[in-house]
Amino acid sequence: MLDDERLAHLRAVVDLPDLTGTRYRLVHRLGAGGMATVYLVVDESLGREAALKVLTDPDPGGQMAARLVEEARLLAGLEHPNLAPVHDVGTLPDGRVFYVMKYVRGARFDAWIASVTDRPAILRLFVKVCDAVAFAHAHGVVHRDLKPQNIMVGAFGEALVMDWGVAKRLSAPEAPTLQLDAPAAPGIAPGRPAGAAPVGTRAGTVIGTPAWMAPEQARGDLDQVGPRTDVYALGAILYYLLSGRPPFPAGPAESVLRQVREESPADLRRLDASIPKRLAAIVRRAMAKDPGARYAAASDLSADVLRHLDGLAVAAYPESFLERGVRVLSRTRTLAALIAAYIAMRLILLWFTGR
Amino acid sequence: MADRFPTTHWSAVRGAQSAEPEERRRSLEAIAAAYWRPVYKHVRLSRRRSPEDAEDLTQAFFARAFEKEFFAGYDPAKGRFRTFLRTCVDRFVANEDKAAARLKRGGGAAALPCDFEAAEAEIAAAGARGAGRSPEDLFDDEWVRSLFGLAVEALRQECEAAGKGRHFDLFRRYDLEDAGAGGITYDDLAREFSLTTSLVTNHLAWARREFRRLLLETLRGVTGSDEEFRLEARLLLGSEPPRHAG
Repeated sequence: MLDDERLAHLRAVVDLPDLTGTRYRLVHRLGAGGMATVYLVVDESLGREAALKVLTDPDPGGQMAARLVEEARLLAGLEHPNLAPVHDVGTLPDGRVFYVMKYVRGARFDAWIASVTDRPAILRLFVKVCDAVAFAHAHGVVHRDLKPQNIMVGAFGEALVMDWGVAKRLSAPEAPTLQLDAPAAPGIAPGRPAGAAPVGTRAGTVIGTPAWMAPEQARGDLDQVGPRTDVYALGAILYYLLSGRPPFPAGPAESVLRQVREESPADLRRLDASIPKRLAAIVRRAMAKDPGARYAAASDLSADVLRHLDGLAVAAYPESFLERGVRVLSRTRTLAALIAAYIAMRLILLWFTGR
Repeated sequence: MADRFPTTHWSAVRGAQSAEPEERRRSLEAIAAAYWRPVYKHVRLSRRRSPEDAEDLTQAFFARAFEKEFFAGYDPAKGRFRTFLRTCVDRFVANEDKAAARLKRGGGAAALPCDFEAAEAEIAAAGARGAGRSPEDLFDDEWVRSLFGLAVEALRQECEAAGKGRHFDLFRRYDLEDAGAGGITYDDLAREFSLTTSLVTNHLAWARREFRRLLLETLRGVTGSDEEFRLEARLLLGSEPPRHAG
């Protein structure tokens, strides 16, 4: 008889990757998403830790295996400090396809943000994320599932954009992807929680994670999906970083998708009046319903955030003359204070000496 | 019963809808092999029937399923076979309630080779652990247990047929009897079986690999489509809890 303990052990046994004959030794499971699981392993040839991503689900048609290999190759072609490098790809003795990438020590963006209150530090990290995405765009790759859960913050403050499982080469036709569990139209299983795993990817259905996806993704309009789709998700991430909440509250997937398509998120400054108008405007532009009204590139978004950090005018916010004066004064606060002190001193001297 | 899942891509669920009586019979047997335990325990615990009643109802359900072609109406596009079958059981039990006098169960069909005594002992051994669980969760848990049990038996048969009894013995000692408790080490097994430690790990790796393959093969036999197979495998292999789903 298989009691609960034996059953639990056997379930773990069949789930674990069979690393017999490979140069990797299993340490423990790091996490699972979609239909792949990531394990911490030790590469015994090189004596270093690594993360091994392996298909969890059976793959009768071989499509998911092909997709995992494609993900590995795609990532291997994107050498950037904010992207985890791929070391190896292959097939395990149990027939499952895997790839090995750098093991990133650190915290997920959503966990990291809970311990950081310094807004400029958060924005500087966000700029790194934008830079990595811009780099991918420059190489013709769109991520399509950007969200705080897919960004790791390393021990030395580096940001790494992870999980390129539903990424697409802009030059390639739509490939079968790792996520095939959404039904046909409208593409989302009823009642499925909206914040967790990404959803279906057949042509004409929805790709990405509802809470973070752009309206064109929520409509299943694959022709419209491009770099500006990632710009929207970056805007949604910035919204989250500033307010501590996603743009739309969690709920059944179809409800979140409807909000993404039809509604605007709650005004950031109503949630937190300390959020500068310029930053709120940057988020609004990045998250515009119409892709054409968004930043054309992730690099434009990061440039606007950097301008804000430097106290410069941002493209997303046409400021009034008075606002400009306040901003300039605020930026040159020390100089303004010295000038004011000099003028005050001259006035006092004039008053007492008549000179 | 594990040999009722003969080929890699054969589906008993599709076979149960076949026009060929022999194919339907073989498919029904395979479905019964995977499901009689969950059905029995569902009737016993969730429908609160006596062991005798639950035994009769389980036998009658599968016999009636063959006669009345219960599973012919299953449409993979509308949900999982597991959920469909549980609904059929509930309907069947409710109808039996309405016509308790008609308990000529089975209509003379041959009884399934089910070890109800063993199932009853499992219920007693599980004690109060199942208390508070929904009927759906209990059914699904038993379904998972049943498939793993079939895969263990299939592995035993395969090892026996291939002259790899020692591989199965190692698997039994390490993964069934010790079940990861840490009471037995590879070195212990090496001494016990007069093998080198590396041979122990190689044999165990082979047995586990085969076990995984046979488990998935068994699962494939009781699912109706590639999509359902993939989704059920995700539950079975532990990446998601085995919750009921439409």
